[in-house]
Amino acid sequence: MGKQTIIPFGPQHPVLPEPIHLDLVVEDETVIEAVPQIGFIHRGLERLVQTKDYNQFVYVAERICGICAFGHSMGYAETVENLMGVEVPTRAQYLRVIWHEMSRVHSHTLWLGLAADAFGFESLFMHAWRLREKILDVFERTTGGRVIFSVVKVGGVTRDLDDQQIDYMKSVFADFRAEYTKLIRAFLDDSSVKNRTVGVGTISRADAVNLGMVGPFLRASGEPYDVRMLGSNGYGELEHFEPITDDQGDCYARIRVRCEEVLQALDIIDEMLAKLPAGDIAVKVKGAPKAGSEACNLVEQPRGECYYYAKGNGTKYLDRMRMRTPTSQNLAGMAATLKGCDVADVNMIVLTIDPCISCTER
Amino acid sequence: MSFATKSPWVIHYDASSCNGCDIEVLAALCPGFDLERFGIVNTGNPKHADIFLVTGSVNERNQHVVKQIYDQMVEPKVVVACGICACSGGIFHDCYNILGGVDKVIPVDVYVPGCAVRPEALIDGVVQALDILDQRAKALEAKRKGA
Repeated sequence: MGKQTIIPFGPQHPVLPEPIHLDLVVEDETVIEAVPQIGFIHRGLERLVQTKDYNQFVYVAERICGICAFGHSMGYAETVENLMGVEVPTRAQYLRVIWHEMSRVHSHTLWLGLAADAFGFESLFMHAWRLREKILDVFERTTGGRVIFSVVKVGGVTRDLDDQQIDYMKSVFADFRAEYTKLIRAFLDDSSVKNRTVGVGTISRADAVNLGMVGPFLRASGEPYDVRMLGSNGYGELEHFEPITDDQGDCYARIRVRCEEVLQALDIIDEMLAKLPAGDIAVKVKGAPKAGSEACNLVEQPRGECYYYAKGNGTKYLDRMRMRTPTSQNLAGMAATLKGCDVADVNMIVLTIDPCISCTER
Repeated sequence: MSFATKSPWVIHYDASSCNGCDIEVLAALCPGFDLERFGIVNTGNPKHADIFLVTGSVNERNQHVVKQIYDQMVEPKVVVACGICACSGGIFHDCYNILGGVDKVIPVDVYVPGCAVRPEALIDGVVQALDILDQRAKALEAKRKGA
C-alpha cells in the first residue's frame, strides 16, 4: 500500500477545452477517488429571464453553450410553445430537426477530434476538424452563423431553405459521408487507438442507470434510451428510429456509439430533406404565458437528454426557466468511472463522457 | 539575440465563455484557417506561451486562474480578448456572477469582438498582437543592453 496523494487536474489543462477541476486522490498510479469541483464557468444566466422577455431569451438560451447552441434554442422555444399552446408549422419542425441533427454531426466530429488529441493522435485531430469545417460551411450558408445561429424563434424559425440550398446541402453531405466513413476507420480499427481505449473506464449497465447517466455515455453501456425515440415534435415524422447502443461500456464503446450516431444523424437529415413539406416557417405568437402556467420539455442534445422547465407569471417575462443539462447528469457517472483507473487514463475517461461544462454551470 | 526570434506560441483559457469562442479559437488553429502555418502553435504550458487568448467574461471563481496564467507567462507577452464577452461581458453583462471583461483582471492589448468571434477576425487580432509582441521584445532588448 502506497501513500495517498492528491493530484490536482485542471482547471487549466492541455486536454481540457473547458475548465473543470478534479482532485484526484492517488495511491501509487491508481486513482482512488476523483472529486470534481465546478463553478469556473457559472454565469447565472437563468436569472436573465427576469430582465429579458420570452422572445429575447431565445438568444440567451442559445448562448448557454456554443457547441449545442441550436439544441438549447430549440429546447427553450419548444418549452415556451408548450407553455402558451402554440402550434408550430410542420415545415419549421422539419427545419429544426435538420439543423439539430447537423449540430449533432458537428458536435460529434468536434468531440472525435478532441478525443484523438487526448490520446495523442494529433493528425487524426486535425482531420476530424477539417471535416467539421464542411458542416460549418453549410451552417453558414443556411443560417448565417458558424456556431451561434439565431434561427430559432418562439413560434417557428427565422430562415427558410430554398431548392438551391437543399441541393447544395445534399451534395455536401454526400461528400462528408464518404470522407467520414474513411475517417472513422482510423478511430475504430487502428490498434494504437484500441490500446488506449478498449477496456478503459468501464461502467456496467446497472451502474449507468442507477447513476442517472444520459446520452452516448449511457447508450454505450447498453441501455437503449434516446429522447428522439419518443418521437416528440419533428422527430415523430421519422419513419424509423433505433438508438445506437453498445454493451461494452468502455471508452472504445463510447467512441463507437458516437461514430455511428453521426451516420445516423446524416440519415435523418437526408430523410427530412427528401420529404420537407411546403408551408409557413413560423406563426405569430401574441400575448404572454398565463400566470401560474408550467411546461416542460425534453430534447436529445448531442451529449444526452436535456430537460427544460418554464413557469409563466402573466407578463412577457417568465417567472422561472430551468434546464437540467446532460453533463450535470453525467458527472456522477464520471466520478464513479474514474475510481480505480490509471492516472494516465484520466484524460481519456474525462474526454469520453464529452463534458460540456458551460452547459452544466450555465 | 532578440527575445522573439522564435515563432509565437499561444495559450488559450476559457474564462466562463459559452464554448462558441473556444471552438472558434481551436478552429482557427486547425485546417481550414490554419494559423499554424505561421508557426503559431497551441500550448498548454503558460511558461512556453507568448500570446494569451482569453475567451469569456471572467467570473468570481476563475479570475484568480486567469491572473495566475498571466503571471506565469514570461515577458514579452500579449493578451488577446477573444469575443464580445471577453471584451465587455456581452450578453452576460448583467449576470450576477460576471465581472464583465478580461480587462477587469489583467491588462488586455487586443480586443477582438464578435459572438461568436469569427476565425478570420481572430487571425487578424493575433497578427496585430504579433506587432505588439515585437515592440515589447525590442523594448526589453534595449533595456537589457542599457543595464
